[in-house]
Amino acid sequence: MRIVAERLTYTYNAGSPFRTTALKGVTLTVEEGEFFGIIGHTGSGKSTFVQHLNGLLRLPSSLKRRKKRRKEGEEEPVLRVGEFDLSDRKTDFRALRKSVGMVFQYPEYQLFAESVKDDVAFGLKNFTKEKLSKEQIESAVRDALEIVGLDYREIKDKSPFDLSGGQKRRVAIAGVIVTRPEVLVLDEPAAGLDPVGKQEIMNLLHRLHKEWCKTVIIVSHDMDEIAENCTRVAVFADGAAKYVLPPHELFRKSEELRALGLDVPLTAKLTDALKRRGVSLDSDFTTDGFIRAVIALKTGEGEKP
Amino acid sequence: MKAISFEDVSFAYEEGKYLFEHLNFSVEEGEFVAVLGHNGSGKSTLARLADGLLVADKGEIRVFDKTLKDKNLYEVRKMVGIVFQNPDNQTVASIVEDDVAFGAENVALPREEIGGRIDFALKAVGMEEYRNAAVSRLSGGQKQRVAIAGVLALKPRIMILDESTAMLDPRGRREITEVVRRLNKEEHITVVLITHFMEEALLADRAIVMNKGEIVMKGTPADIFERHEELLTYNLSLPRIGYISKTLRENGFGVNDTLDVETLAEEIANCVLSRNG
Amino acid sequence: MKDVSFGQYYPVKSFVHNVNPALKILFLIAYIVAIFLAKNFYGLAACAFVLILIVAFSRVPLGKVLRSVRGVLFLVVFTAAINLLFHGGDEVYWKGPAVYWQWKIFCVSQAGIVFSAFLIVRLVLLVTCSSMLTYTTTPVALTDGIEALLTPLKWIRFPVHELALIMSIALRFIPILMDETERIKNAQKARGADFEKGGLIKKVRSFVPILVPLLLSAFRRADELGDAMDARCYTGGKKRTKYKKLRFSWRDGIAFFLGAALIAGVVLMGIYLRAPL
Repeated sequence: MRIVAERLTYTYNAGSPFRTTALKGVTLTVEEGEFFGIIGHTGSGKSTFVQHLNGLLRLPSSLKRRKKRRKEGEEEPVLRVGEFDLSDRKTDFRALRKSVGMVFQYPEYQLFAESVKDDVAFGLKNFTKEKLSKEQIESAVRDALEIVGLDYREIKDKSPFDLSGGQKRRVAIAGVIVTRPEVLVLDEPAAGLDPVGKQEIMNLLHRLHKEWCKTVIIVSHDMDEIAENCTRVAVFADGAAKYVLPPHELFRKSEELRALGLDVPLTAKLTDALKRRGVSLDSDFTTDGFIRAVIALKTGEGEKP
Repeated sequence: MKAISFEDVSFAYEEGKYLFEHLNFSVEEGEFVAVLGHNGSGKSTLARLADGLLVADKGEIRVFDKTLKDKNLYEVRKMVGIVFQNPDNQTVASIVEDDVAFGAENVALPREEIGGRIDFALKAVGMEEYRNAAVSRLSGGQKQRVAIAGVLALKPRIMILDESTAMLDPRGRREITEVVRRLNKEEHITVVLITHFMEEALLADRAIVMNKGEIVMKGTPADIFERHEELLTYNLSLPRIGYISKTLRENGFGVNDTLDVETLAEEIANCVLSRNG
Repeated sequence: MKDVSFGQYYPVKSFVHNVNPALKILFLIAYIVAIFLAKNFYGLAACAFVLILIVAFSRVPLGKVLRSVRGVLFLVVFTAAINLLFHGGDEVYWKGPAVYWQWKIFCVSQAGIVFSAFLIVRLVLLVTCSSMLTYTTTPVALTDGIEALLTPLKWIRFPVHELALIMSIALRFIPILMDETERIKNAQKARGADFEKGGLIKKVRSFVPILVPLLLSAFRRADELGDAMDARCYTGGKKRTKYKKLRFSWRDGIAFFLGAALIAGVVLMGIYLRAPL
């Protein structure tokens, strides 16, 4: 499922004195199979954009009341997720949500059911019109819980509120991926976790990316996290995607990123500091990639200053 | 006189399940101590015991000259301020000024003095312009600064920050870290910083590492970060830069165990240039 | 992120905006008393005149004011219609029969028409004046006003401070909880929850995935807030000073005078002028 967005705009509270235009023409493409990162300040429009992907926020053309006022030469915004055309009113948005799973920040705060298995099954039951058999539900729930690294038998009947923070988060993620969505979107998946917890969640996401959801999109503030994990990154600022590049190209633009008020990964800071001392380095900006590039310099394989 | 002193303290959340047993811990006046540890290691419990929000089962806890008892909690809490993790759940009022006044009102300060305390507190956290702002419209970092101001209005001698940056974005974290550093250096407030962000511990004079209710490492942050393998066993990791310098050392680079970007870059450059020059 | 502007407060500087909130609440009470004391249309006209003065001096756009009535218009007209159809009486106020139409229990009479007219005018004035209060007074100011008015009750051990604190905390957390409801709703919608479909029972049940997390969140926040308040030496309403002082100015004098004059005028008109016309 490829995601194509062109000239996407969105205004909150349109028509009232409190209106704010959060998106001012977003254009980007996410190919199937990417581990895509989205960064940007609070208020840059990244959360607004991401909520369009599963139809929580809608293009005006897909809502009932719409005055067709097209200026001369102004093109319509486009948003397509796989086969779904999100500008079309007739699109089946619930089917869309089955294929685009969304995990919000601190997802453990959305658990509500009496048992873990009921909570995970909630998503599944919502999306299937026919009543699923007990075995089907159990099988899907078990698969989801196991891929997030929990022991099905041990945890299925426990109350979600009796679990540790880390377990709760995993249950919440299981509840979203139980429908086997092709695209998984996560907003700050590692928020509030300690360093080991962060690493574990990222490992989980990579596992999901390999075995379960073809495309993974993460929204994050953590530049190091993005550099470490993503195949391509979109930088949101002022309601638009200013840059959409793979990390090794993006983080060479430290000046531009800093001008937007964003930070750069540690590896980029070191690369810049080395450049100022006459040492040129080319890496993919992951920690190990950076180390390899530095070592290569010493053995004379890298660029000479 | 020590600012905080834990002597032989034992504490159990549930019957028989002791988190702390015979814990000894102290903080000198004016120090900046970092408390590191994985989730569940007991670091937050330490903070709550120090302020009397939790009661130790055995042992003695002293704050300056007062031994923590039910009767003198009020006095102790005037000396110890705590800032918690969630920026939203610490304010009682909708307007910044009203919330900062809350603590001063609680200790029955006369109205004229409260105004002065609010001025001092807002200035110390750099939020003077927001005196009449609505708290709900502030960013996470700003909200936490207001929370700190609310605590400063009581002019505490000790400030405990219990993972106060965990829910903030990088900008917010920098704001708070800077405020805390200034409070320690300029206002001479004793600071106990509880965190799992290894980089924050670098500001401290001294750091301790907790694991399963025990203090397992003590020393300066630099000392502690040298003991990499040990840190891993306690479910902590090195700051990223420490990992880089360590790996480079293992590969023949003569770089020191520094945690500063410029210094490390300098040392790498020296290694590379001397080789090729 | 949606900006929740809580309440109907219309932010502009005006005479009415600057009147002490406690005075405004008192005035509203006086106004309501005046409306119901009015025995004839002269009295009501006086009330209407005063309301027009208030609207004029509040700089709130007329459109907004009228819109506040629109919400209750249906109820008002419905109530008036009911009265019109059932109110009988022999009074004759203008040329024509006392009773225009009668059938079984229904009856349209001159007395009924006058009574219904009175009712409509009273309700419209009531709703409009109440709206003017909320348009010109922030929720925070309102709670301050209520607290000030209730202060005398302290002498009979009424928990005035606690009530004011509850109101203040509620105000602080309403935007937070509203945001959280939105977030939870979105998260469950993302999992396929549908809050529109189904009959009543199904709709109610579909709110469980929102209510349970929301309630849990509210309790958690209350817990954390309680700790934060304890840590800032909160010990209840006794032995506490108050920073904010409600100031009185010449504007409040005018408001007071106006309110008193209105009531006096209405009563006098009721005595000396023919009721109801």
